[in-house]
Amino acid sequence: MNLDKSIWENSDTATAYRRNQIRSAGFLIGLAVLLAVAALLSLRAGSYDTPVLELVKGVFGQASDSKINLVVRNNRLPRICTAIVAGAGLGITGCVLQAVLRNPLASSSTLGVSQGASFGAAFAIIVLQMGAAAGLGTVAIPLCAFAGSVSVALVILGLSRFRQISPEGIVLSGVAISAMFTGGTTLMQYFANEIQLNTLVFWTFGSLGNTSWGDVGRMAAVVLCSGVYFVWKRWDFNALLSGEETAVSLGINVRRLTLVNMLLCCLTASVIVSYIGLINFIGLAAPHAVRLAVGNNHVYLLPGSAIAGAALLLLGDLVARMAISPVILPIGAITSFLGGPLFLYLLFKGGKRSVDG
Amino acid sequence: MLTVENVSCRYKGGPEILNQVSFSVEDGRFLAILGNNGVGKSTLLKCINKILTPVSGDVRLDGSDLFRLPGRELARKIAFVAQTVPSAQMTVHDIVMLGRRPYMRWGFTEEDHRIVHEAMDRLGVSHLRGRFLSRLSGGERQKVMLARALAQQPRILLLDEPTSSLDIQNQYQVLRIVQNICRADGITAVVVIHDLNLALRFCDQFLLLRQGMVYRCGGKEILDRQALKDVYKVDASVVDVEGHSMVIVDADEPDGMDAGL
Repeated sequence: MNLDKSIWENSDTATAYRRNQIRSAGFLIGLAVLLAVAALLSLRAGSYDTPVLELVKGVFGQASDSKINLVVRNNRLPRICTAIVAGAGLGITGCVLQAVLRNPLASSSTLGVSQGASFGAAFAIIVLQMGAAAGLGTVAIPLCAFAGSVSVALVILGLSRFRQISPEGIVLSGVAISAMFTGGTTLMQYFANEIQLNTLVFWTFGSLGNTSWGDVGRMAAVVLCSGVYFVWKRWDFNALLSGEETAVSLGINVRRLTLVNMLLCCLTASVIVSYIGLINFIGLAAPHAVRLAVGNNHVYLLPGSAIAGAALLLLGDLVARMAISPVILPIGAITSFLGGPLFLYLLFKGGKRSVDG
Repeated sequence: MLTVENVSCRYKGGPEILNQVSFSVEDGRFLAILGNNGVGKSTLLKCINKILTPVSGDVRLDGSDLFRLPGRELARKIAFVAQTVPSAQMTVHDIVMLGRRPYMRWGFTEEDHRIVHEAMDRLGVSHLRGRFLSRLSGGERQKVMLARALAQQPRILLLDEPTSSLDIQNQYQVLRIVQNICRADGITAVVVIHDLNLALRFCDQFLLLRQGMVYRCGGKEILDRQALKDVYKVDASVVDVEGHSMVIVDADEPDGMDAGL
């Protein structure tokens, strides 16, 4: 993926720049193809073995067997769309957080959004006694998880607004707040009964299989709106790479840019986490993987992170479903388990380049 | 004409760095801000550009108050080249393109691309446009940052110690380029610089700061033995060498060294 090493050295640089653009665009197209292949594999994966063509027909409700239509449209397709939307959201928010906080380790997880969501879910399950099985639980748990993660975002926002802390301070605040919420969750778990503990643990595993078309639509609306805003600000993120003073001199209100984007990232991640549970590493690994190929230009990095995030989550889900089929492994554990080594690989392959911007 | 009037600045909770600083520069002039370390040279530069907000004072361009302008408008009038040149993993073309950000709406126009190419050509970095900034030498990076500033099409160019990390060849090249830009485009350049001989060689106006206040402001003639003694605490003379003014320090060590300061 280290595409930039050789192309400039002995070539006409006027065309080399154009070639760089083509390569970056080509990389994005390649990622999109990978995503499409992963989606097709995911469509095929499952106990109901069917030819791909029939499955594709089933997407449009045109399969010869009505059972196929039902399985595809009610079961597999929502799962795939959930993975694509959630992965894209986590990937792009990770990329934006790394840009505005000028920290390669920033992601919604490192800011404590996931821990806030866990706290909220634990509160719903243990304190409000709304198990996932109960009708109210299916609404209350995501709502409380959302409230928990948003409260983390608001605490960080308040600290940075009123105490004027630096981007490094924001990341450290996230670490402290994460620890606080993790402690709170553990305390609630201590007083929980066995059923409540099971429900909470199952929620924290993360799952792409519990979302309805309505949930996917709501997630997609949030991811799309925030995504359009992030893409609009792509050159502001590029300017931040030149240093804060240079960004200010280019007419950018750096403080506002940081706070607005941070809040938007936290909100987007909160919505995603509240629907699918804890999914780590996508927001961290996807931008770094794309950065190795296209550099730090957010014109390519933002869409690349979204596509890579979607592809990673979809492939993670495929592994979770196929590894010891028919048992479906928890997706949160799979992304962390596979994401860790992937991140280490990217780190050592890219060396300093991958992290210092 | 750039006019700075009674600008005072302090960092939050700290002592006053600048105290009632006033001066003015004509269009097309190259002004050097001089003074010893910590006197507030860079602070003054950043106050002109509203990177730092002064506690009092005005900065005017042809009589209009620059501090009243929104950031984007201000960036169309003043370009700033920071002391630290970034090592971003972005191509030279993309870095210079940043100079068009104050004019950008959703995307860049053909006109933006034309101006960027022109700026790269003038700075002689067109052949580097596809290279990542992180792979360039210090001199090349500084030229790229100048091209970015030029792409802003500013009236005023602010440079914070642009030669501090450059070798002698690049020091002369960079300052020569700035001097040419001032003369050709009528842009006013304000540079913070420590090397008095470089300043004397390329700048045509000088602002001497002492203890956060203006000590003297004017042409080469303000840099005399007394000024160097008062501002830098060194015994030195300004002599003429082959038509160029140069500062020659009399003693090997400045006052205070013997006392272990």
